Amino acid sequence: MTLKVLAIDDSKTIRELLRSVMEEAGFDYTSAVDGVDGVERYAEVRPDIVITDINMPNMDGYGVIDAIRKGDIDNQVPILVLTTESGDKLKQRARQAGATGWIVKPFDDVSLVSVIRRVTGIG
Amino acid sequence: MSEENAKSEVEFVTFSAGDQSFSIEITQVREIRRWSPVTALPHAPQEVLGVMNLRGSVIPIYDLAARFGLGQTPENPRNVIVVAMHGGQTVGLLVEAVSEILSVSRDQIQETPDIRSEMARQSITGVIPIEAGMTRVIDLGAVLHQAGRTLQ
Amino acid sequence: MGNPILDTFFEETEELLESLAEGLESMQGAEFDKETVNSVFRAVHSIKGGAGAFKLNELVSFAHSFETVLDEVRSETLELTPQIMHTLIRSADHLTDLVDAARSGRSMPEDVSAGFLSALQACLGEGKIEAVDAWDNFEFAAVTLDIAPIEEPGAEAEGEAAPAGFSIAFKPHAALYANGHEPALLFAALADLGQMTTTVDLSAVPEWDDLNPTEPYLSWTIALRTDESEIAVQEVFEFVHGLCDLVISPLTDPTPPAKAEPVPEAKAAPAPAPQAAAPTAPAGPSATAEAPKAEAPTMSDRAAAAVAALKKPEKGDDAEAKAPKATLRVDLDRVDRLINAVGELIINQAMIAQRLQDMTSTRDDDLVMHIEDYRLLARDIQEGVMAIRAQPVKSLFQRMSRIVREAADATGKMAELVTSGEGTEVDKTVVERLADPLTHMIRNAVDHGLENREARAASGKPAMGTIKLSASHRSGSVIITVRDDGAGLNRPKILEIAKRKNLVAQDAELSDSEIDQLLFMPGFSTAATVSNLSGRGVGLDVVRNAVTALGGRISISTTPGQGTEFTIMLPLTLAVMDGMVVTVGGQTLVVPITSIIETIRPQPSDLHRIGTDETLLSIRGRMIPVVDVSRALGFPSPEITGSPLLLLVESEGLGECALVVDGVQDQRQVVIKSLESNFGSVPGVSAATVLGDGRIALILDPDAVAGGRSGYHMPNILSNAGRTAYANV
Repeated sequence: MTLKVLAIDDSKTIRELLRSVMEEAGFDYTSAVDGVDGVERYAEVRPDIVITDINMPNMDGYGVIDAIRKGDIDNQVPILVLTTESGDKLKQRARQAGATGWIVKPFDDVSLVSVIRRVTGIG
Repeated sequence: MSEENAKSEVEFVTFSAGDQSFSIEITQVREIRRWSPVTALPHAPQEVLGVMNLRGSVIPIYDLAARFGLGQTPENPRNVIVVAMHGGQTVGLLVEAVSEILSVSRDQIQETPDIRSEMARQSITGVIPIEAGMTRVIDLGAVLHQAGRTLQ
Repeated sequence: MGNPILDTFFEETEELLESLAEGLESMQGAEFDKETVNSVFRAVHSIKGGAGAFKLNELVSFAHSFETVLDEVRSETLELTPQIMHTLIRSADHLTDLVDAARSGRSMPEDVSAGFLSALQACLGEGKIEAVDAWDNFEFAAVTLDIAPIEEPGAEAEGEAAPAGFSIAFKPHAALYANGHEPALLFAALADLGQMTTTVDLSAVPEWDDLNPTEPYLSWTIALRTDESEIAVQEVFEFVHGLCDLVISPLTDPTPPAKAEPVPEAKAAPAPAPQAAAPTAPAGPSATAEAPKAEAPTMSDRAAAAVAALKKPEKGDDAEAKAPKATLRVDLDRVDRLINAVGELIINQAMIAQRLQDMTSTRDDDLVMHIEDYRLLARDIQEGVMAIRAQPVKSLFQRMSRIVREAADATGKMAELVTSGEGTEVDKTVVERLADPLTHMIRNAVDHGLENREARAASGKPAMGTIKLSASHRSGSVIITVRDDGAGLNRPKILEIAKRKNLVAQDAELSDSEIDQLLFMPGFSTAATVSNLSGRGVGLDVVRNAVTALGGRISISTTPGQGTEFTIMLPLTLAVMDGMVVTVGGQTLVVPITSIIETIRPQPSDLHRIGTDETLLSIRGRMIPVVDVSRALGFPSPEITGSPLLLLVESEGLGECALVVDGVQDQRQVVIKSLESNFGSVPGVSAATVLGDGRIALILDPDAVAGGRSGYHMPNILSNAGRTAYANV
């Protein structure tokens, strides 16, 4: 089966970067431009994994996680947080918010794909 | 950028106090409430009517007319309180009535004419011509600051 | 450039720089939205993120510093002064230049960037900008699991003595599943590291009927034979750290090391106990993320579970027993929201109780009882919640030894700090807000309290002066004292200074305690010689204001030749206090119970007029000044006929004094609401509260009204003008 990835980031650059990596890996890629858009796309796409930025207008990444975890559609989907920090505080916060894992920007293609495979078990 | 800026639209809430029209930028206005009794503060200047309970926080109520030397606003059940935010402070302004929401471009705001009252000059950042004359744009910071100083 | 994504980056950056400039412009206005700062921050943050992807390091590191300053502005820890605003605008310009340079493949002269960086650094003052993370590696920082002792690190490096592997005890919490994890996938990742045997513990699985689908019941013990280091094992669990009980310990295997001899899964167990029905790690990753409990009932061999339970690694048990008390990190905002909600709950309870009392005709004893229960429950909740914010004063006290050292050096004296009661817990805010006043008092104690060496020697004291700092709880209050073993206050000199500075009338005759209170007056400085510690424009009046703002009181006592002691008395909680609701001049006021000694209605013969303007109450053989609260607060003073109702209060400086009130309404717990946040300090009033009817009542500051020593805004009090007389006797 093809893995469906939903990426949520307000930066077009990051969205495009993710697209190139995901498509290269043979994943089915969808992106959203902010938190609210992300939650809407989530309901439509029903992805196997969500990758979300934290700092976004409208709804931030924690809001996205919260909306998905409290929602009634597949609320245990793996969610990876994209972040520029790698501090323990961030990790703890992400974990508490319900994130499955995190990816430190700038990410390298191979590790990103392997983390996705690791938490989804797909591919 | 500044030219664009001059054309950019700004919204004001206008209201009447002491039979004059005043306005503040809509981004500063939090809500508009009916008048309800306040608790007087000791040694407060005339324009500080007292404090009121706004959902658990204590906010001071200023009589805008008194603040501009237009005499105390007479008691009237139709009086309203404009709740506004300034630099983290929430305050209420007692006014006679809220008139309208005015949308103007920045270049329509004219400089305050040379007026005698220093208090008015310092607290009014500009005037906007409207159908019924003009409305005075209030510098909320200056209003609060001076009232606070009076108290000290 | 040929890289379409890089083109996208520059296009996007163009837009971001525009919105950055716009945002900064509106931040220059007097009034701006929080969202404006947010969008400014995000613009820089996005530029940094994108630049990182293309290893535009110069851009990244500058954007990082810029972002750090913006973050401080955003979180309001940094005040947006014109100076800082200027730096922000200039930084945006420089960021634009850096982007242009990056686009054309140039780099900016280093000294230019360095100048901008140091300007940003200067904004933060003490705070340092942390270096950007290493950009080149996608790092899995090793999470230190503070659990089992790790095998000799040296041994691992040697290779030879490497452990045969690890025993892993793993018990997922519900949150692990909720966060989208799946144990099977973790096992798959572990299986990549070596040979593994998995034992499931079913002992916690209840009967089918009692099965709660949201509760995880399974735990696993995994024997992993591997050459990999413990770090590698921990990496597998990195994302689930804190979401499960996890004990990783070196495999303590009585059988000879089986490094070369792979143990077939689920066939031979490494431990003596036979394992039945031990599920092995799935060979391939499972495609679904179903919770494992659904399968549990099929593995119904309870006997096996019991055996497995016995097999729990001993080290794991040990570690659990020794595990520190579980703590929970909570966002302070959440706690404060809770505290506010509890405050409202207490007001709500008061409102209901009041209503009930008003309905005397339909009095229902059951209801009264329930309301009383409600009150007690609300109080319990409140105490519990306040305890969350409690913090020992230790950290605060520790900082003070340095202050003593510095002050001693600066004054050429010898001084040591002796502390006690560091474990005393106070509200977090108190700890924070007490730092400055306490620093000042400690400096004062060294600078003004202690004598110089010669004087100490002359009076036979040890050269080393002692500053004692102590904290304790006393009947619902926190007491903090600062005591020096110096010469004590020089009262004639204090009075002389006060007169010279026109703080008191030239002919004023003051009692000893009144003279002591002069120290708290604004504009008073006791420094006979201006040392570099004083003359900072900070006096004890500032200390007093800080303490009053926390709902506390400060008092002073001195023994000539033996030293001076300042006592700060603070409420245990900042949010709530017990108060007496009184009427004064038609206004409802609240008087803190802690300061009230008793209420009395004296005989007219007990009231004595003195001078033209003062009244004294004679009680139990003593004379106490009478203060008309209404007049002191500037409220209209109604004509009172007959004997007035007096509140006997304990006030600083004056000792006891009697406050005239119109009547007492009630005694109750009130939630303290600050007046400062939206208005400012009000003379004679310490704070406000919301009463049962939703109206606001002011909380009286008895010291300020009685002694008028508030130090703030009650001028001339010491020449008696502010201490108004009760006229009608």
